Amino acid sequence: MKIDLSKPILDRNERMAAENRALFDEHGVFVLDLLASPGAGKTSTILATIGALRERYRIAVIEGDIASDVDAQKIKAHGVPAVQINTGGACHLESDMIRRAVDALEITEIDLLIIENVGNLVCPTDFDLGEHAKVMILSVPEGHDKPYKYPNIFGRAEAVILNKYDTMPVFDFDEAEFRDVVRRLNATVPVFPMSATRGQGVEAWAEWLAARIEAQRAAATR
Amino acid sequence: MHEMGIVSGILTASVDAAARQNATAINEIRIRVGELTEIVDDALYFAFEALTPGTLAEGATLVVEHVPGRSKCVECGTTFNHGRFDVECVGCGSYFCEMVEGRELEIESIDIDLPDEPDTGETP
Repeated sequence: MKIDLSKPILDRNERMAAENRALFDEHGVFVLDLLASPGAGKTSTILATIGALRERYRIAVIEGDIASDVDAQKIKAHGVPAVQINTGGACHLESDMIRRAVDALEITEIDLLIIENVGNLVCPTDFDLGEHAKVMILSVPEGHDKPYKYPNIFGRAEAVILNKYDTMPVFDFDEAEFRDVVRRLNATVPVFPMSATRGQGVEAWAEWLAARIEAQRAAATR
Repeated sequence: MHEMGIVSGILTASVDAAARQNATAINEIRIRVGELTEIVDDALYFAFEALTPGTLAEGATLVVEHVPGRSKCVECGTTFNHGRFDVECVGCGSYFCEMVEGRELEIESIDIDLPDEPDTGETP
């Protein structure tokens, strides 16, 4: 006997993501899911973003890693609340992990919650966490051809940060080709050249993020 | 390699639905996978083989239906199929298009065996 189910496979993840999003909206929290390869500069980008926006917004961070809490410690050292999630081998974060991490934070005291996903360009793209925007970071040493190899993440991101831009002179990175292939995958996505550790280009990215936060707030109060 | 998690989601939903019908076995599970997801068929089959033994779906066939990317142009309303690159309206050339299909991860149906004894008429 055949039974029609017509049900999302990630039903449980999607339901919890919707609950997370409703909780964030209720408390006026803007949630950013940051995706990149290991070593692209996710934590440095978060620290630079904190530096640029901490006067305007109360910021908290959820750090996703397979093991260790070195990243959460780095964030906490800057006086920003941070929770570490250890996936214990899983290659991406899921919405129930986010819920447990949020329970460990004071949600009424957060305007901007940044989630650092597990370093991976493949798996995290298929999982909704309840975020308002997925943003990806590619660093110059990784090469301009990455969008050909990992198209989905570039197709889904609402902004692309091109990090370690200061290393451009020593790598054979074709920025024109990079921008062209990104545009072919995601016609309207902004690309922000940046050097997170040197502060170069951080302002343009932070302004984009602030505008996105304000747009979300305006939509929520409508 | 998140296919293991995907397949365990497929199995949980299928086995629950089959158990509600008091099924004795699941013969086939049909899923729909959008071509713009990051799912690799071989990894799905591998995970399916690894996870089904000892469940109602032991020995079942996993049938994967691929759903091509499909978008609707915001400007002129044309709907068209596309791959990952150059999602551009075939009608007017606009890049302002909304994806309507291609990111599916759905269980479509299952085929089950029911016990031989006559139905008691009770709804489980």
